[in-house]
Amino acid sequence: MRTQMRLSGSGGQGVITAAIILAEAAVSEGKQAVQSQSYGPEARGGASKSEVIIDDGKIFHPHVKHPNCVLAMTQKAADKYFEDMDPNGVLVLDSDLVPSVPDVKNVVQIPITKLAVEKVGKALFANIVALGALVKLTKIVQLDTIKRSVAKRVPPSTVEKNMYALQLGYDAVA
Amino acid sequence: MSTARLMQGNEAVAEGALMAGVRFFGGYPITPSTEIAEGMAKMLPAVGGTFIQMEDEIASMGVVLGASLAGRKVLTASSGPGISLKQELIGYAAAAEIPVVIVNVQRVGPSTGQPTAPSQSDVMQARWGTHGDHPIIALSPWSVREAFELAVRSVNLSEQYRTPVILLMDEIVGHLREKVELPDEVEVYPRRQPKKSRAEGYEPYTPDEDLVPNIANFGEGYHIHVTGLIHDETGFPVGSPKVTEDAIRRLHQKIERAVDDIVAVEEIFMDDAEYAVVSFGGTARTVYEAIYEARERGIKVGMLRLITIWPFADKAIYELASRVKGILVVELNYGQVVNEVRRSACGRCPVELCAKYNMQIFEPEEIEDAIDRMIEKVERSGGFRAEGRSVNVEVISHD
Amino acid sequence: MIERAYEKYFRRNRLPHLWCPGCGNGIAMKAIVQAIDGKDGWTQDNTVIVSGIGCSSRASGYMDFDTLHTAHGRAIPFATGIKLARPDLNVVVITGDGDCTAIGGGHFIHGCRRNIDLTVVLFNNNIYGMTGGQASPMTPLGKKATTAPYGSIDRPFDACKLAEAAGATYVARSTAFHVQHLIKMIRDGLDNKGFSFIEALVQCPTAYGRRNKLGEPAKMMAWMRDNAVMKSAWDKLPDDKKVEGKFPIGLFYQAEAIDYDTAYEQVIERAHSN
Repeated sequence: MRTQMRLSGSGGQGVITAAIILAEAAVSEGKQAVQSQSYGPEARGGASKSEVIIDDGKIFHPHVKHPNCVLAMTQKAADKYFEDMDPNGVLVLDSDLVPSVPDVKNVVQIPITKLAVEKVGKALFANIVALGALVKLTKIVQLDTIKRSVAKRVPPSTVEKNMYALQLGYDAVA
Repeated sequence: MSTARLMQGNEAVAEGALMAGVRFFGGYPITPSTEIAEGMAKMLPAVGGTFIQMEDEIASMGVVLGASLAGRKVLTASSGPGISLKQELIGYAAAAEIPVVIVNVQRVGPSTGQPTAPSQSDVMQARWGTHGDHPIIALSPWSVREAFELAVRSVNLSEQYRTPVILLMDEIVGHLREKVELPDEVEVYPRRQPKKSRAEGYEPYTPDEDLVPNIANFGEGYHIHVTGLIHDETGFPVGSPKVTEDAIRRLHQKIERAVDDIVAVEEIFMDDAEYAVVSFGGTARTVYEAIYEARERGIKVGMLRLITIWPFADKAIYELASRVKGILVVELNYGQVVNEVRRSACGRCPVELCAKYNMQIFEPEEIEDAIDRMIEKVERSGGFRAEGRSVNVEVISHD
Repeated sequence: MIERAYEKYFRRNRLPHLWCPGCGNGIAMKAIVQAIDGKDGWTQDNTVIVSGIGCSSRASGYMDFDTLHTAHGRAIPFATGIKLARPDLNVVVITGDGDCTAIGGGHFIHGCRRNIDLTVVLFNNNIYGMTGGQASPMTPLGKKATTAPYGSIDRPFDACKLAEAAGATYVARSTAFHVQHLIKMIRDGLDNKGFSFIEALVQCPTAYGRRNKLGEPAKMMAWMRDNAVMKSAWDKLPDDKKVEGKFPIGLFYQAEAIDYDTAYEQVIERAHSN
């Protein structure tokens, strides 16, 4: 089974980090995973996109085609990256940052950044909130696995807050 | 075998170099190679090695050559513009026979080009970037695991043949993260040692049986002289036609006589193949999928993947051209390797090009389509067509 | 024949040297080995001589140590690599005014900045000698060169001030005329654990002196005698006496600062404690 995911937003929102964590979680569950990215020269603010392919078998071509799931954290990313999504795929949007919703069958709107700011305290945690939602929606890895992968990646002093952010995202999906 | 983990290609290069015994890195930041420098900056001090960020690319090359002469195994890494700056001293390393590995994580060029976008357009720069007649070794990995393996191999080849080795990465593999399991140890080629003492008349540039000299490290009491001027066995410059000719010939021959050891290719789906794709590096990953799909449609096509880029796999390509009806070269540039394939094929089958140079990697459909068009063209023209340069298949971008 | 003490430091089968009759490079080269001679911890086996490209840089080939004749301008990066790879070795760099301050200018200031433990001796002949007399960044204003046939208008570097400003911890100047002084300046530089820079003014009768009508080599050296002013005297000289042509020699600057090898040991310690 192949799962293809595309995480997009603008530089600084942490979509690349989220994709790496997702791929690491898949690898720790014994699956194959490749993660790639494209980004502009800006460290902050430019367009940012990261793709993860997870499979039981070998993965050669590293780009996703017809993703099963697209996360868009900005309007620009939403407009640009939903088109080639699998018809049964799910588009996950930050409901405050993507006011104009693309016309696709499955859309899940979550106030990702708002949750991060208001509940966890910083917009910085938005990518981890998103990660929680993605895991719940795709069931691509176990919640426990992603928790361990997040804990390994983030600074030790922020593990608690990141676990909270992850759970917030997970619970935000009905 | 260590446990599986997700690793980036550039990281794997740093890990491989370290395991192969590299204990000195000099570099200068440049996208998309910087993670190699960052990895070395973190890891080298922990094993007693040395990392230094130099003032420019030329200095980065100079500092690693100095360290290599003083006995360390050395690495430097950059991208196209930086490799351009390093060229004079890459030639110095070739002429003075100093082991060094130079990683080039290629970007789109020329000039500053597209710094974060993938490309394979430094193939000819790797071969001919520095001036004068000189041999070079260049290797190109297609996976993170192979980036590790070829980093090890680059270090070993540079030591065995006392020559600069270019690890020709592309951004596809350099920035790709994938699952790898790395070995706990690897085979390491040790620094060659002098076989005579000074009293016995040791000469640093007298070649061994394999035509490679056993040059002493500095600080071992041999009082050697190293120069970029053409020199004789003593290491001192000599302005004679004979010495010049002998020196340049030996530099080439030490590599030429070892091509079977140095040149590596991989054949995939070639057993019953009537047509072949030649590709390398990260692009070969997409070729694999294209071939897989084409075979699903009953097309007998396979791939010859170049692992060693230089010296070129002349023999393997000639043999390939002798047994297939047509070859398609797929490369992420305007067309570089294709000319080498045409040269090596010696007209034994038509050679077509599938090129792309718009910042984006190939999609499998584009290559599949190019395979179809290549086959159609070969069949229409009756198979063998030695005359002239055929029309290329070019992938045009649609923005 | 009586062997002179310094002769053991030369590869006699490589002599005679290629420098012109009357050239000052040989004096500066000999001063280096005389500075090394008898020095504690300095042997021919544990000392590496590194040079760039140009007349001065051919010196390495004549000196019986491990020697490295690098590419134009690049002696300091190569030397930095040797020193960092083998901190136990002594490393001396021989360079010229073009090699060090033009094509190698970037490396020079960064070597100073890092305070890497090298002793850099710049043979300043005010000209590109090997290529036949082109202007260098240390050709004085108004002096002629093949590429400055009407006199140089490029303001020259004071390499000593440059070294001091860039962070070198030992900076001195002497001349081919003041041989004993030159030896002392170099020897004290070898003692400094850090980047030491010594400018040795040398006469180039062929490519510089002849074109600028400076007379025979002896006359060029007499000019050094008459115009060089010891640092202590120079400091007391009123500004109106510091006229064109007069220049100071001696120790200009010395400072205590951590050298790069010692600093790097701290990096290794920090990496281990992490």
